Parts: sequence; C-alpha cells; structure tokens
Amino acid sequence: MVGSLGAAGLGLSIDMDIDGIQKRLEDTFGAAVGPVTQGRVENWIEVDADKIDGVSEYLQSHPDLKFEVLTNLTGCDYPDKGHIQIIYSLVSYDSGAELTIKVNADREDPKVNTVMHIWAAADWLEREVFDLLGVDFIGHSDQRRILLPDDWIGNPLRKDYVEAPDYHGISTVRESLLSLDIPGRR
Amino acid sequence: MSLIDSFPEMVLTTKIDQLLNWTRKSSLWYMLFGLACCAIEMMQTGGPRSDLDRFGMVPRATPRVSDLMIVAGTLTLKMALRTKVLYEQMPDPKYVLSMGSCANCGGLFQLAYSVCDGVDKVIPVDVYVPGCPPRPEALTEGLMMLQEKMMQEKWLVRSEPRASV
Repeated sequence: MVGSLGAAGLGLSIDMDIDGIQKRLEDTFGAAVGPVTQGRVENWIEVDADKIDGVSEYLQSHPDLKFEVLTNLTGCDYPDKGHIQIIYSLVSYDSGAELTIKVNADREDPKVNTVMHIWAAADWLEREVFDLLGVDFIGHSDQRRILLPDDWIGNPLRKDYVEAPDYHGISTVRESLLSLDIPGRR
Repeated sequence: MSLIDSFPEMVLTTKIDQLLNWTRKSSLWYMLFGLACCAIEMMQTGGPRSDLDRFGMVPRATPRVSDLMIVAGTLTLKMALRTKVLYEQMPDPKYVLSMGSCANCGGLFQLAYSVCDGVDKVIPVDVYVPGCPPRPEALTEGLMMLQEKMMQEKWLVRSEPRASV
C-alpha cells in the first residue's frame, strides 16, 4: 500500500499510487503482472514467479519509484488454493511509500526466482522461507537451512506438516504428569 | 579425659566425606548456559543483590572447569544435541539445575516443532526450579537444595563390590 505521505507530502507525481505502479508494471511486463487486489489491511500486486526478479529490479532502480529497501520477505502456505504465497514488502526512502508484492508458487513444486542480487537483505529471508516452507529460490547463491538443523526432515510451516516422533533419539512428546503412575502421590 | 577434649581449641573434628562435600558445595562453579529470558534472572542472581558469590559460586565460560550447569531457558532440539556434548565435557562430579518451565518440560513452547520438551530428555537433572522465569530468590533456593543434596553424598564408601582384576 502506498502510504499517505507518498503523493501529497513529498511531491511525487500523482500517478504514483498503487494503481499507477501497477499500470507501469503491466505496461512493462505484460500479463506477468496481475491487477491490484484490495485487502483488508493493505492492497497488493500479484506477479508471476518467473518474473519477480525483473519486476523487483524495475521497482528498485526506476528513478520514479526507487523502492530501495526490502523490509520483509515471508511466505504463507495455502493448501486449499494449491499454492505457497511469497510476500515482498518494499519501502522507498525517497517518497516514504510502501508497496506489497505477492508471488504465488505451485505448492507441489514451488520455484521462485531469487531477488538477492537486487536486495541483499533477501539472502537470509529467502533462506528462512526455504527452511520453513520449502520454496526453491532459483539463483540463490547459498540456499540451505538457516534456523533448523541441516538434517531436519520436512518444512514446519506447511499446513500438512506432521511433527516427527523423535529427533536423534530425543522424543518430541512429553507425557502429562497426571497420566503417570508416580509412587506416593495422593 | 577423652582424646578430643585434649586437642587445642582450633582443632575441628569432622568426617572425610563431610569435609569433601563441604568444600565441594562451597565452590560450586557454574557454567553460563543462558538460552532465553531465564538467563536475565540468572544474571540477576549472580549480581550484587542476591550475590551467588557468597556461596563461592562464580560463572565459568567453559564446561571443562565447571561443576554445575544451570540450563536457563528454552532448549531447542538443535541446541539439545550440543547440550549433551557440553555436559559430557564437564568433569565429574557434575550437577545440572533445570531453571524455568521451558527447561523443565518445554513450558509454553512444549507443542512447538523445534523445542525439546525438557532438558531431562537429554541429560540427568538434579534440581528443577519452577517459574517463568523464576525469581532470583527461587533460583537461590534451588541452588541451596542442590547444596543439601551434595552434603548427602558419600564418596569414600564403595556401594558396589570392587571389580576383580
């Protein structure tokens, strides 16, 4: 969502709200850029997974936009829709504007182009999404787990993740004390 | 006149076991093992207000010279493997104090996929201190309970028969 500071406060041209940005992207990238979606909290633009690097470079380097900061990159699993959504939150220091871009990756084989060469902050954030959701970021130079151990099985933030009964012989279940027969307990 | 009464006044009579235990409990060096917010309370316990130093307890940064491991905080499964290695690096006799709900049983995060449900799944625990996090008074009481336990130990009596050579 483009912040209220954007157009009026800092002298940006009037077409630089989210509809203006979407129109520019659509003119440049064609069908790879979807329409503006109205959300409850913020509005966003959906972009195809194989065009996100190009769109990102455009948003970051275009002199009218200059979204130089990637404040967050995260993901969310939607099993009923059949995709994993990657969410990019951008900020432009010049105009104070904020923008949300979303990418839907196929749940069975999620592949998204990396943006780490555009925003260095994406390096660890993409590793986190890879770790917890299993999204493959094509072109990432160092794609391995960042939080969980390297020998972990599965991606815990997927909705169908089932916790393993043990990890290296450490049981992941703890019995309730009430269910145990403790001698001397009243 | 008994033999004991004939000693000068500065002589103290005791048992070897008690003397050993007394020296051991009076210099309980603990390994810094703060894993989460409990570590803040552990630092506070070591600070001047509750002053662990009066028990001869000093923090150590390495397991190799430590007698006690205070597991203070949420133990993840990733850390659990390392905890075991650190425990095995400590010289005998060694003690473990589990501080706070997370170290006791996983606490608030017991159902999380990444959290080990209690440090006693990995290493043996001597004293459990409940609380989230326990106040310095609670940790001090747990440490005094550990000292009481140490005073009960017998080192010179061999409980199992000597193995034949």
